[in-house]
Amino acid sequence: MSYALAFEELTLGYDRHAAVHRLDGEVADGSLTAIVGPNGAGKSTLLKGVTGVLRPLAGQVRFGTCTRNDIAYLPQQSDIDRSFPITVVDLVAMGLWSEIGGLFGLRAAHRARIDDAISAVGLTGFESRIIGSLSGGQFQRALFARLLLQDAQLVLLDEPFTAIDAKTMVDLLGVVRRWHGEGRTVIAVLHDAEVVREHFPETLILARDLVAHGPTAKVLTAANQFRARQMCEAYVGPPHDCGGYVS
Amino acid sequence: MWEPLIQPFAEFSFMRRAMMGCIAISVGGTPVGVFLLLRRMSLTGDAMAHAILPGAAVGFLVAGLSLGAMTIGGLIAGMAVALLSGFVARVTALREDASLAAFYLISLALGVLIVSTRGSNVDLMHVLFGTVLALDNAALILLCSIASITLVALAFIFRPLVLECADPQFLRSVSGLSTITHFTFLALVVMNLVGGFHALGTLMAVGIMILPAAAARFWAVNIGGLIVAAVAIAIASSVCGLLVSYHFGLPSGPAIILLAGVVYGVSLTFGPVGSLAAPLFRRRVNA
Repeated sequence: MSYALAFEELTLGYDRHAAVHRLDGEVADGSLTAIVGPNGAGKSTLLKGVTGVLRPLAGQVRFGTCTRNDIAYLPQQSDIDRSFPITVVDLVAMGLWSEIGGLFGLRAAHRARIDDAISAVGLTGFESRIIGSLSGGQFQRALFARLLLQDAQLVLLDEPFTAIDAKTMVDLLGVVRRWHGEGRTVIAVLHDAEVVREHFPETLILARDLVAHGPTAKVLTAANQFRARQMCEAYVGPPHDCGGYVS
Repeated sequence: MWEPLIQPFAEFSFMRRAMMGCIAISVGGTPVGVFLLLRRMSLTGDAMAHAILPGAAVGFLVAGLSLGAMTIGGLIAGMAVALLSGFVARVTALREDASLAAFYLISLALGVLIVSTRGSNVDLMHVLFGTVLALDNAALILLCSIASITLVALAFIFRPLVLECADPQFLRSVSGLSTITHFTFLALVVMNLVGGFHALGTLMAVGIMILPAAAARFWAVNIGGLIVAAVAIAIASSVCGLLVSYHFGLPSGPAIILLAGVVYGVSLTFGPVGSLAAPLFRRRVNA
C-alpha cells in the first residue's frame, strides 16, 4: 500500500529536549488515523513536525503521495488569538493562501468558494461576525471552513473536538468522514477514546516514543494505554500530568 | 468663531510645519501602533523608543544636531536592541520581555550619559522631548518619507502580519513568510519611532503610536476600522494639541500626547465597543 507520509527515526523537540523520540512508521495514503497519548506525549509536536513548523532534531518526515505544500493544518484553538479583530469571512479566506498568497485580492470565484465553505459548516449568516464573538463550536466550524478551502490531500487536525458542543462535533465528524471518503489522508490528535473507536479506523499511540500503531480495534487496548501512561510518567513527570484519556 | 482654530496655522509657518509633521507621524506610525497593540507589544514599543536614544546620541556626538546622523544612529541602535533581545531570548533561559527590558535600560542610561556629558541640557531636552515647532524642510521630508515607506510596506505584509498576529502556527504551515514579516514589522516600529523622536522626543514618540490605537479599540470592531479610527484620533489629537499649546503657552509635544490621552479617557468611558458605558448602550437598545 502506498504511504502518505513516513517517519524515519524522527526526533522532534524544543530547546534540544525531545518531545517525540526516534519515531518510525508509515501513514497509509487515504487513511483516517487518530493520534492518542497522555498529555505531554508529543502528539501536537508530531503534527508541527509534519507541517514543517518544527524542524526535526534528528531523522526525517518523508512525504509519499503528497507534498509538504499539500497539507491543511488545524492548530489547537489555544494557539489562536481570538481577540484579534478579523471577521469570519477574512479568517476563512486565508484557506485560499496557496492561490492568493500574501498579495493578491479575492475574485468573484474565490468569494463563491468561501461562501460554499461557510455554508458547508453551517455558518451562513455569520460571515461578518468578529471571531472573538463566536462560541467555541462556531469558531471551530469557521476553522473547518478554512480547511475545506485549502483542499489539501493531507489534513492534520490538532484536538479538533475539544471544548465544542455535541451537535458541532457530530457535524464536524461528518466533514472528516467526507474527507476520508474522498481519499484524503486525515490525521487527528484526539483525547476521547470512544470517538477514536467509533470513527477512526487507524490509531497511533504516542508517549514520546511510539507505543503502538495499527488498526484501532487491535491497538487501542487498556494495556497499551496503561503502558503509554507509564512511559509518560517516566519521561514527563507525576501522574497528574499524564492523564489525557477519557476511556 | 473659527479664528482661534485657523489663525495660528494661517499666520505662522512653524505651526503649519508642526501640523504637517504630526499628520505624517500619525498616518505612518499609528497603523504600526495598532499592530503593536494587537500583538500585545505596546510596552515593547515603549522600550524600543528608549532604545534608540544612544544611537541618536552618538549621531549627535559625531555631527551635532544633524538630522541624518541622529536618524541613522537611532535606526542602528533600535534594530540592534530588537535583534539582540530576540537573540538572547532564543539562546538563553531569559524571556524576550526581560532581555528587551535589560537592553533598553542599558541603552537609555548610555544615551543620557553621552548627551549630558558632551552636550548641554538644551540638547538633552531636544532628544528627550523633541522639537515639533522647529521642524525644518529636511525633517518634514524625512517624516513624510517614513510615512510613505511604512504604508507601502504595510500593504505588502498586511495579510501575513494579520496571520502572524492571529494564527502564527497556520501562517508557518502555509508559508515561509513568518520570520521576514516579523522583522519587517520590527523595522517599521524602529523607523517610525526614529521619525517620531525628531518631533516628539524619544520619551513621547511612542505615545502618538499607542494612545490613538488604544482609544480606537473602543470605536471599531475590525482591523480596517481600527486603523482608520486610530489615524483619525492621532491627527485630531495632534492638531488640537498644537492649538492648545499655542493658546495656553504649553510645550507642544506633551500637549499632543495629553490630548490623545484625553481621547483615550473619553473612549474608555463612552466608546460604543467594550467601554465602561457600552453595557448601558446595549441595555437601552434591548429595552
